[in-house]
Amino acid sequence: MNDRILLRHLDIKDIAKLPVYKQQGGFQAFEKAVTKMQPSEVTDTVFDSGLRGRGGAGFPTGLKWRFMDKDNWPHYVTVNADESEPGTFKDREIMESNPWQFLEGVMLSAYAVGATEAYIYLRGEFWELGHALDKQIAKLEKEGLLGDSLFGTDYSLRLYTHLGAGAYICGEETALLESLEGKLGQPRLRPPFPPSYGLYGKPTVVNNVETLANVPLIIEKGADWYRGYGTEKSPGTKVFSLSGRVKNPGNYELPLGTTFRELIFEHGGGIIDDKNVKAIMPAGASSSMIVANDEALDTPMDYENVPNVGAQLGSASIIVVDETVSMDWLINKTLHFFKHESCGKCTPCREGTFWMQNLTERIHHQQASWDDVILLNDVASNIKGKCLCALGDFATEAVTTSIERFPEDFKQVAPIKITEDETKAVA
Amino acid sequence: MNPLHKRYSKEIDQILDKYPEDQKRSAVMPLLYIAQREAGYVSREEMEQIGEILSITATEVASIVGFYTLYHDHPEGKYRIQVCNDLPCAMRGADDYLNALCDRLGVQPGETTEDGVITVEAVMCLAACDKAPMFQSQSSQGIAYHENQSVDSTMQQVEKWRQESAA
Repeated sequence: MNDRILLRHLDIKDIAKLPVYKQQGGFQAFEKAVTKMQPSEVTDTVFDSGLRGRGGAGFPTGLKWRFMDKDNWPHYVTVNADESEPGTFKDREIMESNPWQFLEGVMLSAYAVGATEAYIYLRGEFWELGHALDKQIAKLEKEGLLGDSLFGTDYSLRLYTHLGAGAYICGEETALLESLEGKLGQPRLRPPFPPSYGLYGKPTVVNNVETLANVPLIIEKGADWYRGYGTEKSPGTKVFSLSGRVKNPGNYELPLGTTFRELIFEHGGGIIDDKNVKAIMPAGASSSMIVANDEALDTPMDYENVPNVGAQLGSASIIVVDETVSMDWLINKTLHFFKHESCGKCTPCREGTFWMQNLTERIHHQQASWDDVILLNDVASNIKGKCLCALGDFATEAVTTSIERFPEDFKQVAPIKITEDETKAVA
Repeated sequence: MNPLHKRYSKEIDQILDKYPEDQKRSAVMPLLYIAQREAGYVSREEMEQIGEILSITATEVASIVGFYTLYHDHPEGKYRIQVCNDLPCAMRGADDYLNALCDRLGVQPGETTEDGVITVEAVMCLAACDKAPMFQSQSSQGIAYHENQSVDSTMQQVEKWRQESAA
């Protein structure tokens, strides 16, 4: 396939080398933007392309840029490279293997919103990647693509990397900004949103790595070209991180709207040992549990259709669960993660994740009764919608949907006798 | 200039330059990485010195150390083996790998080998779900990924580290 927009290193050997990227037209979009386009024209083109944020929320990128408060300066661009959702490993591949395109996307977004400084916030574990990006940024400064008075204009731009240090919550945009300010990575109350009150209290755009990597080709080839990929409401391609019980896990760049079946069975090679697929988590550990029946497998993976089978596309981190996996074990795993990563600011999330994992630990080790399953469902339901950020909700999605959609798995491990009425109490 | 600033003056000044003049506090995380580079942990004295450089209290610096998992406030093994056993990795055998590795090293997860060279820990998702089992190493040489591991391949790496430590 030669229709890749993001993982172009699979088609163009050595695109990670600057001369090769330039040969492919690299940085011409940035030069064109700075010398021939108004910042608002860059934003308009991205808006018209229909590009939606690839970090999970799917918010229209051009609209976010338009929200920047024009009465408050300076403006900042901050890149969310804190990729930490279990099941997500796409941004690392983009930054490692197609780094210049990513950096050009950052530069274009900075020009579009009038920012002269941009920070790339990487999770601390991407230590090697951060050092590689530092060298690449230095190279761009040497080549005159970053720095003062670019291309003889009065526009100046500098990029900086900033390493986090192991906190999932910093992928939440306001927690990321707090962390970048040298504080605990805890979310802020919103509104105000970052485009009006962001880094150091200044208007800030926070975009995901994959989102920005789309921008150079959108500026080079135009919004209509981009809309040739994907669906009307979800244009473009998407990097799907495929993991779990599949034969060929990995990143697959496909048009939005590709079916789960195509991803799992054609690209992923099917299930290990040819077992039956049982469930799909399309948004990583934060995901609701989709029952993998024919209807679900034939559902197009885009922002509109995935909710029809009871989940969200999110960051498109497709974790495949087969018949060998029991849901009590699975939610014990996801809760272990969320309990550890809850930042502690909101009581429902901090206490709720603790008690939920306490319960799943007992349920999984067959030391619980059906009452405990009902209690678990009750605790989860009481966390939903009561926290400053989405982490609390995320922690409950797999719990409530597993109990609702796979009750048999819990009946087997919560051995005390169950009447029909009690089963209904959960469903 | 305090001892930490003096010792790494060029590097620290370069870091301070990345952030606005009145937002020095932003440098607390990169400065903590520098402080723990050699010993593998940040001492109380160093937290105080970082606070001094950034005009924040040592308590504020300590809260950052406590909040983020890649900072440590006491010494452990020279090399930390941090195995991801979150859901996607666990579905590809990461729990079995971690247990077998611990058996070979004669430790429990979270413990350090008797020679003080290796600490094994289970950590949260490292964004390498398609290459499990995997771990990251954290040491004075920085943080590095080791993917598609078996207990044997990891033990070969452990032997290399043991020899380097003995040399």
